Amino acid sequence: MLVHSRGARWAVWAVFGVLFLPLFALPLLVVLGASFATHWSGALPSGMTVANFRSATRGDALDALTTSLVTAVTASLLALAVGTWAALAAARLKERHRRIVDALFVLPLAVPSVVVGLSLLVAFSKPPMLLNGTRWIVILAHTVLVTSFAHQSVSAAITRLDPAYEQAAASLGARPAYVLWRVRLPLLLPSLTAAAGLCFALSMGELSATMMLYPPDWTPLPVLIYSATDRGALFAGSALAVVLMAATLIVLSAVSRVRNKASYR
Amino acid sequence: MAEAVCRPRAGGGRSRPRGAGRASATAPRRYRWAAVPPVALLGLFFLYPLGLVVQQSLHPDTGGTSFRAYAGVFASASFRDALGTTVWIALASTLGCLVLGFLLALVIAFVPFPGARAVARFADVYLSFPSFLITLALLFLYGTTGIIGSFPFLATPWGVLLAEVTYFTPFVMRPLLAAFSQVDTAQIEAASSLGARAPRIVARVILPEALPALAAGGSLVLVLCLNEFGIVLFTGAKGVTTLPMLVYSKAILESDYPGACVVAVVNVLISVGLYGLYRLVSRRAGA
Repeated sequence: MLVHSRGARWAVWAVFGVLFLPLFALPLLVVLGASFATHWSGALPSGMTVANFRSATRGDALDALTTSLVTAVTASLLALAVGTWAALAAARLKERHRRIVDALFVLPLAVPSVVVGLSLLVAFSKPPMLLNGTRWIVILAHTVLVTSFAHQSVSAAITRLDPAYEQAAASLGARPAYVLWRVRLPLLLPSLTAAAGLCFALSMGELSATMMLYPPDWTPLPVLIYSATDRGALFAGSALAVVLMAATLIVLSAVSRVRNKASYR
Repeated sequence: MAEAVCRPRAGGGRSRPRGAGRASATAPRRYRWAAVPPVALLGLFFLYPLGLVVQQSLHPDTGGTSFRAYAGVFASASFRDALGTTVWIALASTLGCLVLGFLLALVIAFVPFPGARAVARFADVYLSFPSFLITLALLFLYGTTGIIGSFPFLATPWGVLLAEVTYFTPFVMRPLLAAFSQVDTAQIEAASSLGARAPRIVARVILPEALPALAAGGSLVLVLCLNEFGIVLFTGAKGVTTLPMLVYSKAILESDYPGACVVAVVNVLISVGLYGLYRLVSRRAGA
């Protein structure tokens, strides 16, 4: 305990509340409150309604939600596969080469997402690989952006892995593929699911690269939220944002349930 | 997110199991080529497009010689404004996040209150939401039909600064909380029983332990702020243009691809340069 006197402790907590509540809790509460409202001119929202949600869960909005979910799931799985492969393969390399592979896979994190979008636009707008105007360019951009997160969390987990298990398996005659499939991957399962959740959440909220790339028939939810707020429909936009947050949280809690099961095995 | 990124520095980063190096040293040589397919995929879908951006900035398809696009962009006032705005907002936001994140993490870790754990978890949840939600909320608070009042606050860099500090502070808090959980409370008790008051304990005992986590979180936030797009886009402010915003408006709104590529190259150089510097410094600090 850093602060011993009771009064001082209350003072510290008061300062904490004054900083924390308006900065972090208020924005979420405001968006939540606005999603149920039609007017907001006083201190509290007025004209309470669920009409915003009724329109946020049908038609274009429902399509956008499906688009976001499909994009995020596909991108996360692809990124997880590539990132895990790279991390597992890099762990076998010499220190110097491993550093190079690690640095290459961290790079998409440091490059602005807008530039990732621009570069895909420049590269894949002409044959032989004409992806511009298709849904694949959006999925590809999301995959590129989240791969470095998948790679980082998996390679962090690999360095913490106790090599005794795989050495024991190998000494008992297990072939490398069998060791990978039955020993290393099961041990990595908790961090793989954590990485999957992270990738999913990032992809659900991705706006920068998507704004550069999305074709008219593949509009993810964040783009729809932007176009709603841009034309002044703030309350409809808030309802869409709440739907986005809820969908993300539901999937994340399902993923963490899987993770708990995996780590108790 | 921060967990994955700040992982190596947040307290005792060198805790690799001793056998790990040995395992890779004795690994069969033939698995060396296993790294080629993922690196090739990264090359095709990330490095090659990035290379094309650099090439387009030098030799645009629309004709013209090298560096003409650069000269044009560097001479324009909008680019110089955007560069200045981007850098100062990013630096100020990082500073704000560091101070605020340190204070909040300090209270959660060392002056815990009922529900402190819930607050720490709340900060985790925050990381999984998109950044533009903050601007959306600020539009209600300070926008034209504002709750607090409609003063043109969001259209200035200060609005972007407030949104960035709000959104990115949890990125600093997470590695800090991880580092604080490793601080030996006996040290604090000892310092306190020897008569040190709280500010002195924070400065002499806790802060040195937190420095690696602060450095890691701070540089991550700096890079993320330099690259932030959603927050700026949602303010709808014509007055605030950052480099990513300029890339977007040149490419999509003006269809000026060579110009967009030039701005993109500058933005990548700044961000990747800073990020590389951070990895170098943190490796030195960790070793």
